[in-house]
Amino acid sequence: MRQELGVIVVFLIMFVCDLLLPENRRKLLHPIACILLTVQMLITIVPTDVTLFGGMYHSTPIASALKTILSFGTLLAFLQCTDWLNREDSKHKIGEFYTLSLSTLIGMYFMVSADHFLLFFLGLELATVPMACLVAFDKYKEHSGEAAAKFILYALFSSGIFLYGVSLLYGATGSLYFADVAPKLHGCELQILAMVFVFAGLAFKLSLVPFHLWTADTYQGAPTVVGGMLSAVSKGAAAFALMTVLVKVFGNMIALSSTMLSIIIVVTITIGNLFAIRQRNMKRFMAFSSISQAGYILLAMLGNPAQGTASLVYYIVVYVVANMAVFGIINAIEQKSDRVLRDDYKGLYATNPKLALVMTLALFSLAGIPPFAGFFSKFMVFAAAFNEGHYLVVFLALINTVISLYYYLLVVKAMYIDSSENPIPAFKSNWYMRISLLLSLAGILTFGLVSCLYQTFSSLMVN
Amino acid sequence: MVQMEWYLVLSTFMMFAGIYGFFTRRNLLTMLISIELILNSVDINFAVFNRFLFPEQLEGVFFTIFAIGVSAAETAVAIAIIINIYRNMKNIQVRNLDKIKEE
Repeated sequence: MRQELGVIVVFLIMFVCDLLLPENRRKLLHPIACILLTVQMLITIVPTDVTLFGGMYHSTPIASALKTILSFGTLLAFLQCTDWLNREDSKHKIGEFYTLSLSTLIGMYFMVSADHFLLFFLGLELATVPMACLVAFDKYKEHSGEAAAKFILYALFSSGIFLYGVSLLYGATGSLYFADVAPKLHGCELQILAMVFVFAGLAFKLSLVPFHLWTADTYQGAPTVVGGMLSAVSKGAAAFALMTVLVKVFGNMIALSSTMLSIIIVVTITIGNLFAIRQRNMKRFMAFSSISQAGYILLAMLGNPAQGTASLVYYIVVYVVANMAVFGIINAIEQKSDRVLRDDYKGLYATNPKLALVMTLALFSLAGIPPFAGFFSKFMVFAAAFNEGHYLVVFLALINTVISLYYYLLVVKAMYIDSSENPIPAFKSNWYMRISLLLSLAGILTFGLVSCLYQTFSSLMVN
Repeated sequence: MVQMEWYLVLSTFMMFAGIYGFFTRRNLLTMLISIELILNSVDINFAVFNRFLFPEQLEGVFFTIFAIGVSAAETAVAIAIIINIYRNMKNIQVRNLDKIKEE
């Protein structure tokens, strides 16, 4: 609970600062937010096991580790947003951005540590509704409003579907505690229907195929920082929550759920990859890339609970740093020159070699090329699914990894090999952006080689 | 007294009417109303299961109250976004929400 209280305190301090600071001092909010969130993250970095509210809230050590990762992802987003927030049309609402994103963070915290469907639902909504406001943040741009409309309508629809599933579960078992529901499930028709509805509701949040249609438009229309948060932080929390529900509630129906998962995984990875090849807009490209990455995250859910959860959390931490790095660079370039197409990135190495290098390493990590963290995280989720005997799914996912290499390398080729008459001019990013990219780069390079990270997650599962 | 099955038939009908409306309506506000149908069918389900099957505890009713409150908050945000779209585009037809793909 210390972590939730920490974020709530940060939230309140930001709120008061936003009220009290005079107009010309608003820029002080950037360092205040970054420092406070760092402090919150460092104070509560040691995983704990807490049960509260009569068992409705149960924070396992692994969930507590995941919360630290989510805070870290949000911190990266905070570091990347300064240029965008200091612009003329949004500098009067700097404080709103921080308070809204901190409240989504609180929602995710409750969602990943809920042990009762009511708390789970409240956390889910607290994570979603402020996120819709963030997507609509660029009030005077049509794109932002369109993206927000698509996001909030899909979110409402999916929470309706999810709630319908929960109501059927309640009718079938008479309780809403995960621990009380689980033993009463034995796979009759009503319970299968309930599982499919609950899964579909959460699959919208994770943007799995066939529930992915909002993803590309929302990521493209939303402000780039928010797109990064949606694709990394929010998706990581949703993946962990889905795994928790599948393991804790539907553990008895594992034969059914793993068939369903296998089909969805293969379709998600394949469709995400095939559409990513066709995209020219970098944000849209990253949206489809994140759809296929969600498929890989799902592979961990095919494994047994202990190994699966550890590899899932490991995948999320690696994915968060790599994805936030890519979105950070897209954001930096967009703020300086307002260009987001892949063809605009031609010749980037000649003008901005450091940005091109970080981008390349992040894309290599997303593609899963050996010395970088992405390779090890993919290896762990493949191993988790392989150990449970899902050979065909793992094989198809491996083939898809090769396809994904193609489109990630298209961007690298544009930056290094292609020449352009009108390259993006050389520019200097501010210190916040540099720190954020340095942190991501350190994560990409070290998380794979420092093997104690995965072992820590593994040992947290055993205890 | 009306049997439980009839309430469930009503809520299932509302649920699928809502889904049908969400897929076929072409105006943001009517889509929002369709979603309200889905959420209300869930509330009926909870209240009915609680009243007929598990009357000794009020878990379902409490869930309903929370669900109503949360969905009101969601609807408020959705309407704010729709008003913003109206200010930018002067209408709220879904077919006009296609600016993003054109690039």
